[in-house]
Amino acid sequence: MQRRYFVKSGAVALATMGLSPSFLRRLSYGMELPGAEKGKVLICLFQRGAADALNVVVPFGDRAYYQLRPNIAIPAPRNGALSAIDLDGFFGLHPSLAPLKPLWDRGILAPIHAIGSPSTTRSHFDAQDYMESGTPDVKGTTDGWLNRYLAASGTCEECKVSPFRAVAMTPQTPRALEGSAPTVAMDSIDQFAVRTGGDAAARLEALYRTGSADIVQGAGNEMFEAVKMLKAANPQRYQPENGAAYPRSQFGQRLRQIAQLIKCNVGLEIAFADVGGWDTHVNQGSVQGQLANRLDDFAQSIAALTTDLGDRMEDVVILTMSEFGRMARQNGNGGTDHGHAGAMFVIGGPVRGKRVYGRWPGLAQEQLYEGRDLALTTDFRDLFAEVAGAHLGARRMDALFPGHTPSGRLGVVG
Amino acid sequence: MRRLAFLSLAIWAGACAAPRPPAPAAAPAAAPATEPAGAAAGAVMSAAIPRAQTADQQVTHALNRLAFGPRPGDVEAVRRMGLDAWIDRQLHPERIDDTALDQFLAATYHVLGDSPAELERRYPPPGQLINRAGARNGLSHDDSVQLRESQMGIRQMSAEVQGARVARAVLTERQLLEVMTDFWLNHFTVYDAKGPRERYMLADYENRVIRPNALGKFRTLLGSVAKSEAMLFYLDNWESQADSTRPRLAPMPGRGGRRGGGFLRGGMPTILPAMGAQPPAQLPAQIRKGGLNENYGRELLELHTLGVDGGYTQADVINAARALTGWTFKGPQQGGGFQFVPFMHDAGEKVVLGHTLKAGRGIEDGEDLLDIVARHPSTAHYIAFKLARRFVSDSPSTALVDRAAATFTRTGGDIRETLRTIIMSPEFFSRAAYRSKVKSPFEVVVSAARALGAHGDATPRTAQLVAQLGEPIYGHQAPNGWPETGDQWMNTGAILNRINFGMLMAAGRVPGASPFGFEGAAELRSAPVNQQVDGVVAHLLGGDVSPEMRAVLVSGSNPLSRSSPAGDPRPQLKGLPLIVGLALGSPEFQRR
Repeated sequence: MQRRYFVKSGAVALATMGLSPSFLRRLSYGMELPGAEKGKVLICLFQRGAADALNVVVPFGDRAYYQLRPNIAIPAPRNGALSAIDLDGFFGLHPSLAPLKPLWDRGILAPIHAIGSPSTTRSHFDAQDYMESGTPDVKGTTDGWLNRYLAASGTCEECKVSPFRAVAMTPQTPRALEGSAPTVAMDSIDQFAVRTGGDAAARLEALYRTGSADIVQGAGNEMFEAVKMLKAANPQRYQPENGAAYPRSQFGQRLRQIAQLIKCNVGLEIAFADVGGWDTHVNQGSVQGQLANRLDDFAQSIAALTTDLGDRMEDVVILTMSEFGRMARQNGNGGTDHGHAGAMFVIGGPVRGKRVYGRWPGLAQEQLYEGRDLALTTDFRDLFAEVAGAHLGARRMDALFPGHTPSGRLGVVG
Repeated sequence: MRRLAFLSLAIWAGACAAPRPPAPAAAPAAAPATEPAGAAAGAVMSAAIPRAQTADQQVTHALNRLAFGPRPGDVEAVRRMGLDAWIDRQLHPERIDDTALDQFLAATYHVLGDSPAELERRYPPPGQLINRAGARNGLSHDDSVQLRESQMGIRQMSAEVQGARVARAVLTERQLLEVMTDFWLNHFTVYDAKGPRERYMLADYENRVIRPNALGKFRTLLGSVAKSEAMLFYLDNWESQADSTRPRLAPMPGRGGRRGGGFLRGGMPTILPAMGAQPPAQLPAQIRKGGLNENYGRELLELHTLGVDGGYTQADVINAARALTGWTFKGPQQGGGFQFVPFMHDAGEKVVLGHTLKAGRGIEDGEDLLDIVARHPSTAHYIAFKLARRFVSDSPSTALVDRAAATFTRTGGDIRETLRTIIMSPEFFSRAAYRSKVKSPFEVVVSAARALGAHGDATPRTAQLVAQLGEPIYGHQAPNGWPETGDQWMNTGAILNRINFGMLMAAGRVPGASPFGFEGAAELRSAPVNQQVDGVVAHLLGGDVSPEMRAVLVSGSNPLSRSSPAGDPRPQLKGLPLIVGLALGSPEFQRR
């Protein structure tokens, strides 16, 4: 990465002063990105706050479920009433997830239940940290698992790596993307521009071509190239396709922008977005209410993304995650407290869908983890490693998840 | 190891002697600031130290490294006082009047002096209010009101803590103290979203634990951190206790506190967690079930003292953690603050780094542990290295680090003297060091505000800009702190954000800062562009830019070129503010 700066900046230094328009044109190099077009894409979506897995992927076939949750359980599938959407006679989707049902029917959506981190922590902070660093119970890890993937693959010295290889649609770089490989975090695509009128931007660019080539100049030159690249792709005039309708919510708009980046071929490989509001300690509701509203937004946004991407979904995998699940038993406030295992979705062309994955541990008292939570039967790293390996072609699993030996393939992807 | 440290001390004794505080009579030694000091080497007594930078560069350099950049008038003031005298004064912040800052802080902020317990009682954690309401069958109207008030109070409190951090760095005369506060807050980093309680502890941590000790003895600072609620909570030591296989210093209180005349009845200090208004009927679940938590023990060795290659083993980590069991804090209803709880303490014998801590002792275990790690040679080296990296270059020379480490050891871990060795070194004033460090986002924002002579920003805006640039205050999750080297701060998105920040500042869209606030700006407003550029270069860029860069700054807008469409929300800059914006966005301004 260091070398990349210097190689490029060296060339820039030679051409520096003239600022010839043809030179600048050559730098807006959309065409110069080998492997950037139509590559594999992984979209990671983090539900921060611990989504209540038992009301998201509903185990209506487990009788204990209704005993544990007298007021907030999702009713078993019933025609003509708001109730769980049957998947396989045992599990159902929360009715707010109806927009995802067609993906199930097409065989490109797979829920994984009773999945999560083996760490016993019930702290949001620690659990998010572990899931993003990919190292449960190890607090000293400085980088995130997605960044380790980026660093361990595709760093061949000769290839030109797109500045948009890894993009977080978040104000700050998320923990999962922290590390040595370059990544971009942005609130919105519009903001990825020099925000000034007149010729100030051109003069700033000129400033970054003066002086000695070092990491500051190098980063500056790369940035101006990246901005041009994005501009050439013209995302401002973007229109979703196939009648996709994204919610106006922040999450919906962020997914819309991820679709934009994918479709304008800027070399996106890893996208990340997060969505909050899952910490439902109080009045979480059942088929309607707080959690239902969150799920409405969640499902409509993802459904719009998959509709919009159309055939591109063949090369895209969406992976949803949340730091842990919630208590099996409802609490005194019509909500649920912090629990253990949760549920995740994997969606995309390469997914072997229409099946709920993960061994179901049961909800009877003696089956619960510490007598209160859904027990864990799948380590999240098994799934993440499978997605990274089967979809992105990652090989160095020991680098991605140090200290973890996957306990066999789930067979969800590939 | 001991002998090694002693040896290097002897070797460097000569070198160490040189940077002693210059006696007042020697202050004129700063006179070389009027000529290239390299030439003066040997001529003046204190100038056994060759300084390769020009006199002007030295002043700029010192203001960029030992302060958050110059404010209007600073360069002249340093020249008048003499650079070395100015440095010595900065090393003794207690001698510097800071009334203006104190007045601003007192008039603007309200929670900075409050203890964590006071703040937690005033603005209880929302989760706790909800739990309490749950126990009474649901939220009442009053509960909802209190919940809202609490949430607002917590937001306000966090905004104050962050805003004050920035305002202080912008305004304080005790600049080096503030640079060191920034350094130690990063070395001993804590994270505001660790859990609902961390936020209450930040003002106390910064103002009582870190800043007063930032230039003192390392052992004092370390001890203060080890007993701070912020660190005990952040690295989980507050709930760490003897494993079930180990002897406890005092019997574990009975589980049914109500029935037995146990721990809580006996009038012993009540423990901790957020239990709500009622005293806990029994010990909190974490304490009943918990065991040893190695988190703090590990980071103490790896990040706070010896460094990752400092020569400790996993057994040392475990035993350090055991030595620190029972170091926790009181709950907010008990007034908060550090306490040592005997029944949580592992009373077995421990061997840490070759030292034996005998069985049956209490708080002394932890105190001895801190003594041992504070005077460990690896710690001297690690702290010296981190300081040299912060102040001199991303890869400081071994020779400099060794000399600083020797000072650290010789002075019993005196931060001020260790720093003096580094600042007064030829390496510090070398040409290679000049502008070689990339500013952190905090430094970018604060130095820009200072260059423009900004007032303190009483709104949260400036702190939010620091966050947008990638360094949210108290927002670093992992215990390793923010990067201290340029390669980690520089990337595509970062440089873009910095440029856009410069434009915002120049457009006058940051509270307290005006593009016409820099030194001499008033006279330049309608001056020819040449003079405007010279003024901006002199006061924002240390008077030192390449001819090419100057050419770009002078080149000016073509009046015939396309103008931005009407209604364009982006800052429209022209004239002097445009030059200011270009300067703040330039590569030179990203360095210090």
